[in-house]
Amino acid sequence: MRRFLRNRSGVIGLAIVLFFTVTTLLAPVLRPYNAGTDRNLAKRLKPPSAEHVLGTDELGRDVLTRVWHGGRVSLSVSLLVVGFSALLGTALGVLAAIMRGWLDLSLSWFIDILLAFPGILLAIAIVAALGASLTNALVAISIMGIPGYYRVMRSAIIGLRDLEFVQAAEALGSSKLRVALKHLLPNALSPLIVQVTLAIGRTVLAIASLGFLGLGAQPPTPEWGLMIKAGYSQFLTAPWLSIAPGFAIYLAVLGFNMLGDAIRDHFDPQLRT
Amino acid sequence: MTTYLIRRVLGIIPVLLGVTFMVFAINRIVPSNPAVAILGDKGTVESQRQLAEELGLNKPVFFDVEGYRSSGRFGRLFDSQYFTYMGELLTGNLGKSFMTRAPVTDSLKVRFPATMELAIFSIIIGSVLGIVLGVVAALRRGTWVDTGMLFIAVSGVSFPVFWTAIVLIYLFSVQLGWFPPAGRLNVTSTLQPVTGLFVIDTLLRGQYKMFLDSLHHLVLPAFALGTHAMALIMRMTRSSMLDVLRRDYVRTASSKGVPPLVVVMKHAFRNALVPVITVMGLSFGSLLSGAILVEAIFNWPGVGSWIFNAITQRDYPVIQGGVLFVAAVFIVLNMLVDLSYVLIDPRIRY
Repeated sequence: MRRFLRNRSGVIGLAIVLFFTVTTLLAPVLRPYNAGTDRNLAKRLKPPSAEHVLGTDELGRDVLTRVWHGGRVSLSVSLLVVGFSALLGTALGVLAAIMRGWLDLSLSWFIDILLAFPGILLAIAIVAALGASLTNALVAISIMGIPGYYRVMRSAIIGLRDLEFVQAAEALGSSKLRVALKHLLPNALSPLIVQVTLAIGRTVLAIASLGFLGLGAQPPTPEWGLMIKAGYSQFLTAPWLSIAPGFAIYLAVLGFNMLGDAIRDHFDPQLRT
Repeated sequence: MTTYLIRRVLGIIPVLLGVTFMVFAINRIVPSNPAVAILGDKGTVESQRQLAEELGLNKPVFFDVEGYRSSGRFGRLFDSQYFTYMGELLTGNLGKSFMTRAPVTDSLKVRFPATMELAIFSIIIGSVLGIVLGVVAALRRGTWVDTGMLFIAVSGVSFPVFWTAIVLIYLFSVQLGWFPPAGRLNVTSTLQPVTGLFVIDTLLRGQYKMFLDSLHHLVLPAFALGTHAMALIMRMTRSSMLDVLRRDYVRTASSKGVPPLVVVMKHAFRNALVPVITVMGLSFGSLLSGAILVEAIFNWPGVGSWIFNAITQRDYPVIQGGVLFVAAVFIVLNMLVDLSYVLIDPRIRY
């Protein structure tokens, strides 16, 4: 822990992440907001002022409040996505490594296919077919995240599965499932943790990108990508509408990336970049 | 070497097959009937049935077992949605746009060069900046210069690319007026395309003013699209340089009295390049998906803005064809990157 605290950028990252966590958790208490009804047409498109620090939007809604509540959407969806893809990717990766043979081959083939779609392309294809909604975006981005965990866990388990303590457990008659859960998985946790923390930043970006494309959250949900999309059409007259949520995305992703890098350095000093 | 080459090229076939199947499958899990989705509220039951027939949606998905049994002809077994789709694909037919009725392949031919031009310039900007800054950071390891570079690198992967694009337009087009905010050329200019890459076409046609104009239009979108790549290339260059600078042969060269610049460029940099090339290749691929966002904002008439518009208009054949095409380009690019290692590093032999 002390070693971690000496990593300055890791501490800054942790501070940013804690800031977003606390503010988004407290948002309903500190700044109650109802996306459907809180509007004030008399105060449309007002530039930043003392009363509205980040200005107001085309429906007279306070931009700071919406960015604040947008954090709730982005962060909670990101955590769900990372959870789903970590669970699925890990399960498939462990399965491939311990079953070997044709199962390993076909799973790896499937993963190669997922990896053949660059960036958010696969998510775009899935959501475009399923219909635009935050839930479908969540499903699509979760699928997109599977290969990372699969690869990391498969190679970690392959490195472990022939070691003596594993063979000993097998010789004592433990089932494959028991060996995997009790002996292999606990020893492969650190690459998994690194993968998870580095994935959160990417996921926040992916959700915002789909939101911007109109494939994620739908109005009036205060979602960062969607807010940039809405503000973009009035960019010349009201730049604050898209600048504020964009900066929030940047800051949140920056925090998670800095923290993720520090955690990776911590677990794997060999990999320091 | 030849065996490796053949194996690597043949190896992309199962992946391509899987990708085509995946795109096909994604478009068949649509909860609603595509014919209903296309016609919207205006469609009558009869027009929906007609369109479904036109799109081949009345056929069975994989195998026409019924048709085979009733006719006894083996070929009838493959008269299904999937095999029709694969047959069309192999003949280069990706269907027609619902909106414009133009064949998807024709639009791809026109739009792909624009995306290539943008992607090439992005990767050039990203590589030059990334490599220079990465080498500088490695040579100044542990100083504030290094810290600053690392901050730029982690920032570069944290910006949403569509937002960078918007902010660049606001600062450099709207406020300062330095660069045009949209398009590939001035609206008044006309250019007969040869290759579709305007930077080359203008030179081929001897239009030097237009050549500069096309470069001028490229700067902002290429920079916006290239920031992510720049950050990744910078990090990889830095860590790869740090690794190489520790090696014995670098120390030997230095102690022999080789000038520092020569040591850095000849002994260290060349050997540090292999992992950097990998990242460049991978970034080039993800530029193709980032282009969907950046092209839409800069009104760049490439594959990206075309997919973007298709998404807003629910033009399924265009989305499907565009996604398939970009994935295929990505697969081929990755293969070329793998093969290029041999040229860069003579120690690598297959």
